[in-house]
Amino acid sequence: MYSPLLVKPMRDELTGIGFRELTTAEEVDQWMAEKEGTALLVINSVCGCAAGMARPGVRLALEHPARPQRLATVFAGQDAEATARARGYFADIPPSSPSMALFKDGELVYFVPRHRIEGRDAEAVAQDLRAAFDQYCA
Amino acid sequence: MGTFHQGKHALHGITVVVGTAGDELYVGRCDDVDERLVVLLDVAVHRPEDGEASAWLERAARFGVWPEHRRLAIDRQRVTSIRPLGEISP
Repeated sequence: MYSPLLVKPMRDELTGIGFRELTTAEEVDQWMAEKEGTALLVINSVCGCAAGMARPGVRLALEHPARPQRLATVFAGQDAEATARARGYFADIPPSSPSMALFKDGELVYFVPRHRIEGRDAEAVAQDLRAAFDQYCA
Repeated sequence: MGTFHQGKHALHGITVVVGTAGDELYVGRCDDVDERLVVLLDVAVHRPEDGEASAWLERAARFGVWPEHRRLAIDRQRVTSIRPLGEISP
């Protein structure tokens, strides 16, 4: 496991733009229990191959007028219990991190797996998210 | 492309689709490519007897894959193509 000191700036990148960090299974269940409206869950990660573009991509996307009403994040490889519980809400999708799940009225409507972030820049990641926000959050 | 880890291939860290002369398709995270081997991590394999490769690949492009092998080394001579999974439209 990486040092908390190393990981903190990666957590702060999301909490600083309004994400609620979920660190226990109970917190995940409570957050998921609120079904009404739209919600974005980001599975954060240290992985430099993709996470370095995922977080800035999310930040850019959230500047869009259409955006999810609720934002939360779990940190893969750091908060194992919370991450496992979060993945349980979309258990038929192979686990990957970073990844992003958009819910509408409690139903998963859009998912960005790690391989759709790798090798792309933040703007490209944001473009995909904006398109999903326009479709489901407008 | 990739994370430019010293001494590693440019695709290191990227999830790729590897096509082979044997008709197997492999999807996994590229660790390295050299003149002898393509080394993948967290690898899923599609074999001809598994059914339509295009449907399998479409689902892989949309959601990713369930790994069957933690690490797999494929003989480079069998490899006909390597491309990032992210380049395939789901």
